Amino acid sequence: MIQVSKLNKNYGTVQALSSVDVEIEPGRITAVLGPNGAGKTTLIKSILGLVKPDSGVITVDGIRVNGESRYREMIGYMPQLARYPENLTVTEIVDMIRDIRKSASTSEGRSASTRTDSHNSKNRTADKFHAGEKSAGRPENNGKPAEGQVPAHDGSPDLEIWERFGLDSEKDKAFRTLSGGNRQKVSAVLAFLFRPRVLFLDEPTTGLDPVSSSILKDKILAERDRGTTIVLTSHIMSEVQELAEQVVYLLEGEIYFERTVAELLEETGQSTLERAIAVKLGRQPKVTAETGATS
Amino acid sequence: MILKILKYQLRDVFRSRWIIAYVLFFLVLTDVLFRFGGDGLRVATSMMNIVLIVIPLSSIILGAFYLYNAREYMELLLCHPVKRHQLFWGMFLGLALPLVAAFAGGVMLPYLYNAASAEAWQSALMLVFTGSMLTVIFVALAYYLALRFDDRIKGLGLALVICLFFTIIYDGIILFVIYMFSSYPLEKPVLVMSLLNPIDLGRILLLLQFDISALMGLTGAVFREFFGTPLGMTVSVASLLIWLTVPVTAGFRRFLVKDF
Repeated sequence: MIQVSKLNKNYGTVQALSSVDVEIEPGRITAVLGPNGAGKTTLIKSILGLVKPDSGVITVDGIRVNGESRYREMIGYMPQLARYPENLTVTEIVDMIRDIRKSASTSEGRSASTRTDSHNSKNRTADKFHAGEKSAGRPENNGKPAEGQVPAHDGSPDLEIWERFGLDSEKDKAFRTLSGGNRQKVSAVLAFLFRPRVLFLDEPTTGLDPVSSSILKDKILAERDRGTTIVLTSHIMSEVQELAEQVVYLLEGEIYFERTVAELLEETGQSTLERAIAVKLGRQPKVTAETGATS
Repeated sequence: MILKILKYQLRDVFRSRWIIAYVLFFLVLTDVLFRFGGDGLRVATSMMNIVLIVIPLSSIILGAFYLYNAREYMELLLCHPVKRHQLFWGMFLGLALPLVAAFAGGVMLPYLYNAASAEAWQSALMLVFTGSMLTVIFVALAYYLALRFDDRIKGLGLALVICLFFTIIYDGIILFVIYMFSSYPLEKPVLVMSLLNPIDLGRILLLLQFDISALMGLTGAVFREFFGTPLGMTVSVASLLIWLTVPVTAGFRRFLVKDF
């Protein structure tokens, strides 16, 4: 689904990525892990086109990433920290992103779309919640389809987690007044809204309460079952173990290893991913009984 | 697409408190000057000095602040099928237009309800034109700085320095030059030097318009001779436009290749 080859990126004298080759397979959850400053974010941002690499080739579903914006129609992104215009309400933010997506997909017939837009803008909010009811009632998990093949949908937005998060009570609040957790929920809704074929989730459960966090995880797994390719970063290893199948470990801008979770556990003989990675890195911390310090 | 981005930008900016404060500032000031018994012409003259100091400062600071705050938001929009040039114009117009509208509205409203004369209106419109140009120029400078420096302290600090440079230091340098080379004919070099500062340019345009160039003494006479002619007007408006395009283009180029 995503091929990255010989990707290089320098920030001044700092080599953020050096000759990175990764292949992210369709229909799976791949976790990109590594210590702080290892180049995880740079890698993801390069794929999203936010960072312009110095050299190397990235293709997403066969489309080469080189400043063209159309391929992002199939991508959903949930950033680590979401900030939208502070004075817009939650409903307006959702409408805005829908507007932007719509005008991107109809950019050829621009004049026509603007006209219908202005005509519809009053009803849009009503439409959205109507559509939301429909999609919530429809079975989401209809068996695992062929890899990378996301089943066709009727184009209605996916508001399942909007419903499950109960964001209706927040919909008229200005973004500025939302709590960190609610901002994260809005950001999650927007990532799933267009039924993307590729999803990037950057520490998705940060700041969420346990209930919301499990709702989100359920949704992530359901999306995977629909055939969506998901790229995840997280510092919570239990979460990675729960969700991901494949682990790409970055160290100082290079791929240190690339294994499935099962392989990692088997190879190292550990029961948790956290321990497995520590063993794999040869730096399993042992607590010395006397001092309590790690060596 | 640019219009889409702009629409939500405008909605956001017009709801923020600082823009309301900005309108009120100009509204109250102009109104008070009218109440102190000035006619439209004198009000415009008094407003000139305020406009020439307040607009560059507030535009560059608000612009830089706004862009630094919108960093994550721009990142998010760029993950959608939005082209970079579309986002740039959406963001740029989304701040420059409200600032221009706030300033123009705040100044012109008192002129409306005080039923100013045609002549007063002419000077008010000239004031609004110059102020709007300065707003856009300094917002563009702010955008360039915010895109060039990721560190917001550095960016904001530099914004302040640039603003102080053009409002105070540059005039100091001109005075210094005049003093140092007082035995030479300096009219032409000083004329060229003032073309290089957008604020001076605005001041000259306004002073000539208000017909008080006599206040500037000998240089005023030279300026009158040059800027009073159609050629001079064209040159000064053209230099203002160059002042507009250079930072906008620099910011735009920077935006296209920037790593977010």
